[in-house]
Amino acid sequence: MATAVMTTLDPNSRSAARGMSDLTIRNLFIIPTIVFLIVFNIFPLLYSLGYSFTDFRASSPAAANFVGLQNYRELLNDPFIWSNFAITAKYVIVSVVGQVIVGFGVALLLNRDIPLKGLLTTLLLLPMMLSMAVVGLFWKLLYDPSFGIINYTLGLGSFEWLSNPDMALYAVAITDIWMWSPFVMLLSLAGLSAVPKHLYEAAAIDRAGSFYTFFRITLPLVAPILMIAIIFRTMEAFKTFDLAYILTSQPTTEVISIRLYKMAFQEWQTGRSCALAYIVLIMILAITNIYVKYLNKVKER
Amino acid sequence: MRKTMTSMLAGVGLVLACGTSVYAQDKELTIFWAEWDPANYLQELVNLYEAESGVKVTVETTPWGDFQTKAFTEFNAKGSAYDMVVGDSQWIGAASEAGHYVDLTDFFNKHNLKEVMAPATVKYYAEYPSNSGKYWSIPAEGDAVGWSYRKDWFEDPKEMEAFKAKYGYDLGVPKDWKQLRDIAEFFHRPDEKRYGVAIYTDNSYDALVMGVENSIFSFGGELGDYATYKVDGIINSEQNVKALEAYKELYSFTPPGWAKAFFIEDNQAITENLAAMSMNYFAFFPALINEASNPNAKATGFFANPPGPNGDQFAALGGQGISVVSYSQNQEEAMKFLEWFIKDETQKKWAELGGYTASAKVLESPEFQNATPYNKAFYETMFKVKDFWATPEYAELLIQMNQRVYPYITGNQGTAKEVLDALAADWNATFKKYNRLK
Repeated sequence: MATAVMTTLDPNSRSAARGMSDLTIRNLFIIPTIVFLIVFNIFPLLYSLGYSFTDFRASSPAAANFVGLQNYRELLNDPFIWSNFAITAKYVIVSVVGQVIVGFGVALLLNRDIPLKGLLTTLLLLPMMLSMAVVGLFWKLLYDPSFGIINYTLGLGSFEWLSNPDMALYAVAITDIWMWSPFVMLLSLAGLSAVPKHLYEAAAIDRAGSFYTFFRITLPLVAPILMIAIIFRTMEAFKTFDLAYILTSQPTTEVISIRLYKMAFQEWQTGRSCALAYIVLIMILAITNIYVKYLNKVKER
Repeated sequence: MRKTMTSMLAGVGLVLACGTSVYAQDKELTIFWAEWDPANYLQELVNLYEAESGVKVTVETTPWGDFQTKAFTEFNAKGSAYDMVVGDSQWIGAASEAGHYVDLTDFFNKHNLKEVMAPATVKYYAEYPSNSGKYWSIPAEGDAVGWSYRKDWFEDPKEMEAFKAKYGYDLGVPKDWKQLRDIAEFFHRPDEKRYGVAIYTDNSYDALVMGVENSIFSFGGELGDYATYKVDGIINSEQNVKALEAYKELYSFTPPGWAKAFFIEDNQAITENLAAMSMNYFAFFPALINEASNPNAKATGFFANPPGPNGDQFAALGGQGISVVSYSQNQEEAMKFLEWFIKDETQKKWAELGGYTASAKVLESPEFQNATPYNKAFYETMFKVKDFWATPEYAELLIQMNQRVYPYITGNQGTAKEVLDALAADWNATFKKYNRLK
């Protein structure tokens, strides 16, 4: 495929007229990207791996000492860190499941001929176009127990969404679901519109019920694209920072990235925070790998 | 060719022009501070310096939540963006040990600032380590926690009668923490959307800890021995257990949703008719006597943090000193500015503009004490303040205290004794890690 692209350089094109070979053009496009990736991604990644084995503090002029696996050992033995991971896991599950249910549900509703479908879809996409910080700030007002519109509409009196330690994480997840369900909806809609109509016609002829049609035709055919949405949303939810940080400061909402931020930029424990970042990275890689394996399986079916 | 020559000459001209402007900018100073009213007052003050000396001084600000991170990121990168910083009192250990601040001991001694400035401000904003005689900043903005209250609610004859009938003494400015608690309970009426008290609870930086300190210090407790780093039996002492329980009880009289409250929310408690009393730094009180920002300005009164059960009366220290950044290219200019800043007339002007001077002479003057309804309470408080740890690892100590205390106060988890015992263990481990224990 790549060679096919490379050999189709038009002999009359300006590049050909300048005497550039296919190889030169390929390099012109690829090398800057590779250099950029190495300088801004790969190098810091490796450099921070080195720091994760030291007691380096960016706030101090003292030289970094090699401490071996001490940072990793201490982090993995810290009950607070484990509670941060447990909170993150709970948040990821609630938020991603919520987004899939709402997003896929809305996509099913939109996947038919209705008036103003285009406008409706665009309007539904608005939440995910907003900045996280802005969403956090105005949901804080919506949740306010004294004058918030949510309590007013639902008649909940002065229910404390964000100050109640048991409720706060769900409140953050609800905001995340509101913001990112449209993303799942968009991908699901693409998947749904690609399901061949004749399958539904055949099912109708066979008098298959709507329940059966959904689980045997719709869901299996949309599954691969839905999985991609789930992979993206899981990775994002795992890294959540802004929403949780802005909405509340309950310890029950201290997801791992907030702890990491505090460790790195408030306590200036640079070495240890690098180690924590690596633990998080490995976890995300592992989870994504499981998903990708499953995705490939779904595709094979 | 001629065209090329013209372009080259134009280029050289441009370089020279830029060079000249860079040279002119050498006479500029930048002071970094947090974004709040006192920073605006400071900008007004330094405009006077520009008029006198021709040196332009800019006060650059960033929101409070970001202040520590942004300042230390710049220091760690050895950046010269800021010539001076009005840094928080607890930074002094971290910033001086890492070499971010210029040693101002000679300057301090030459101008006898130990006598000129109020003793607490010298001890907590300028000197590090404790009692070492080494100074790193010039006390600039004195500050401490005080209280505002609704005079109209307190002076309502019906309320006064009902209060006396219930508690057996007259309703008035609380004389101790017990009365503070009673009054908070008395005015706490969720059905009427009126609540007893507004306190600090935000655990993202030092708000909650500062709030708790007010009760710990007034109950006669301490956070630890700042000289020996001993914490066992001090942070988890009997007094501190009682103090923490008292703070937790006050939390039950706060307005709904009060689990992330700091200075903005606490002032809102007064302006929005939410609470009878509200804890806040004196630096935020000017907004409460201004009718444009507080519809209840005329009905707002102020008092100093009341004494605890044994008569100890202290308050948590806020405020900042001004330090010269070691990486500044304009240190000489900065020192000249500081010489101007410490003059009596500058300090007087600073107080007039709304800044909280640390100059003992200005603080003691009746002119200052009668200038606002809270200046007298401020003056009294500034001689009874105590502060958090100022060691370089203070941020870790702060986060550990937040982690232990916050779930207890707002989430009802554990007992005060368990929380403080666990905190003592955390702090011991941290001090051990940094080889502080002798």
